[in-house]
Amino acid sequence: MRLFASLLLCCCFTLAWANDSSAPKPDIGKGGQCVKDPQWMRKNHMHLLKHQRDEAVRKGIRDDQISLKNCIECHASIKDDSVIARDDSFCVACHRYEAVKIDCFECHSGTRKTAWLQRNAK
Amino acid sequence: MPTLASLHFKNRIYYVLLAVAGLVATAGMFAVHMMEEHGHIISGMNNQIVWGMPHVFAIFLIVAASGVLNVASIGSVFGKAIYKARAPLASLLSLAMLAGGLTVLMLDLGRPDRIIVAATNYNVTSVFAWNVILYSGMFSLVILYLWTMMERRMNPWNKAAGLAVFVWRFVLTTGTGLIFAFLTARQAYGSALLPPMFIVLSFAWGLAVFHVVQSNIYSWNEKVLNPDILKRQKNLLGIFIIGSMYMVATYHMTNLYFSHQTGFEHFILRDGGVYTNLFWWGYVLVGNILPLVLIYFPGLGKMKCVMFASLLVVLGAFSLLYVFIIGGQAYPLNIFPGFTVSSTFGDGQIGSYIPSKYEIMLGFGGLAIAFIITTVSVRVLNFMPQDKPYISD
Amino acid sequence: MSDVNSQRRNFLKTSLGAAAVAIAPGMLLFQVAQGKSDGADAKVRWGMLIDTAQCKPGCNDCVTACNKENGLSGGIAVTDSQWIRKIDLKDISTGREISLPMMCQHCENPPCVDVCPTAASFKRPDGIVLVDKHRCIGCRYCMMACPYKARSFVHEPIHDQNPDVPRGKGTVESCTFCVHRLDEGTQPACAEACPNKAILFGNLNDPESEISKKIHSVASIQIRADLQLNTGVHYQGL
Repeated sequence: MRLFASLLLCCCFTLAWANDSSAPKPDIGKGGQCVKDPQWMRKNHMHLLKHQRDEAVRKGIRDDQISLKNCIECHASIKDDSVIARDDSFCVACHRYEAVKIDCFECHSGTRKTAWLQRNAK
Repeated sequence: MPTLASLHFKNRIYYVLLAVAGLVATAGMFAVHMMEEHGHIISGMNNQIVWGMPHVFAIFLIVAASGVLNVASIGSVFGKAIYKARAPLASLLSLAMLAGGLTVLMLDLGRPDRIIVAATNYNVTSVFAWNVILYSGMFSLVILYLWTMMERRMNPWNKAAGLAVFVWRFVLTTGTGLIFAFLTARQAYGSALLPPMFIVLSFAWGLAVFHVVQSNIYSWNEKVLNPDILKRQKNLLGIFIIGSMYMVATYHMTNLYFSHQTGFEHFILRDGGVYTNLFWWGYVLVGNILPLVLIYFPGLGKMKCVMFASLLVVLGAFSLLYVFIIGGQAYPLNIFPGFTVSSTFGDGQIGSYIPSKYEIMLGFGGLAIAFIITTVSVRVLNFMPQDKPYISD
Repeated sequence: MSDVNSQRRNFLKTSLGAAAVAIAPGMLLFQVAQGKSDGADAKVRWGMLIDTAQCKPGCNDCVTACNKENGLSGGIAVTDSQWIRKIDLKDISTGREISLPMMCQHCENPPCVDVCPTAASFKRPDGIVLVDKHRCIGCRYCMMACPYKARSFVHEPIHDQNPDVPRGKGTVESCTFCVHRLDEGTQPACAEACPNKAILFGNLNDPESEISKKIHSVASIQIRADLQLNTGVHYQGL
């Protein structure tokens, strides 16, 4: 029984290792840390966004720091100014890996605002 | 006695029927997938006609689902034996049509993937939100009611369950009518007459659907319905048809009397093209006059006639709903009384609407779901009306 | 015994209150430092006064500005969104012709909010009627209920939206009074774009605001005032 358990554990470890090597390598754009450390953000970013969105839309309490726009500002790729344009874009890379659908960009723009403004200046 | 060969043959037909219905339902699902993928642009609906063909199908199914329970109520609440024998079949039809109608309604949403939001965020002032409760409540109540009929130990509760269903179904159809009655700004709707009108319409449409199903079940099982029972049922259908005609006539007559509504009434009754035609030929002639002739004309009124009349009533129902829902939106909103208006957004113009194949596929998909539920249940459970030797009560 | 209890309760209440008073300014500072706004002010009621005498027939500048600001295509097909539109009116009995812009009237008692099953249609504390697209399921009942036909349904997938104005397929949308600009302290795009200054935007609740003063002095009406929705948009010269 113990043998079986340890065998199983070994399998898990190897699997985990195997997974790690294929883990997503997102294009983090400019990057940097402004809200919390990356590990915390990986786990909790959706809660922040969800809380923020209700406050912002329904009460008009706009929190510049944890707004989606602000995330995109720093994390959009330097190459194409987007967090969703490519398979390794900041949002897409992990979400595809975890097979979690992102609903945000059905409505929201995935482009850095400054870049969008430049493009739509005229 | 049916022979073994004929039973085999029937068995095969049964599966063919199921397969066809399954195909239709799948086509409906395909339509939903396409609308999800491309948006409502591929439907005929637009910013002027916001509710279209799917709503015609859904509202017919929901209204008829409530009306068919009338058969059960006459049995359980008013204690008429011949209707009591038909209560299980009526309840089954109600469940099937409710399921079909709600599926269509739900899958036509712009974001059907978010349907759970409708349960987690509830707006108490919205009649739509009330209806969410009314529909789900109706579903569970009817299941409970069926249980009290089909499980011997539950029989003592039958009367209570029947009464609950009876009350609930009135509230439900009122709720369906209120969806339109609360739209004060639109000429076609915003009338307190609509809930009672929908209730009476539901009687006729529900009984018509019941007749169609009943006669098919009887001929499938090679049984003959007692002519006295048929006579009572067809007379009831006739009365309901006359009643619904009266309600629709009252609705239009009162509108004709208010001068600010005459424009709209002239549109529906005289100048509306397809809507006018559907109203007079589809609803009045096919949906009312012809069925009444088939039911009451001396020499007619046999099983076949009644079934045909019932089919015509259903056709008339679709015509009326098309005129009511789509014609009602096509007539422009009167935002500036006393002015003629024009704009890029269809102000002052009759809205245009051509149903797309996807909408129709979705609608028939709902019908197919109702059909599948009914056929499978009728086969696996005993829904055949069991009449005792007929005594007039 | 009960006396002691109530004393204790009062003490707790006061000390808690005092603590709150002591901390609150710090919290506010913290929030301001973080760049968090206070949100929509319930004492404000945003509104418009539209002077139809100044609105030129054929001029479409407000519509163009709205389309550009909010990323609308500008198409006028039956399935295209139009948040603001120009309506040409002609008095049936006198023949007088008027032109005016029409958009969401931002009612005090909005029918769209009443009928919305998921409370996606809502009124912000400062009187702006919006659609919370996170909740909208696309049932389109609000479009049926709106007396002004102010709402549009997004019939197609949308790409490359303005980052400030999220819009998406399958949801209903309408004029937002350019809420994203408003929260930054600027005027709605249409009011800014009108060459004749026919659209006056401001706080109806502030007696000192230009719009309040003008509404008090000139004759203006609300459209379909018979429905008693108390719209935020008023029209002059209709």
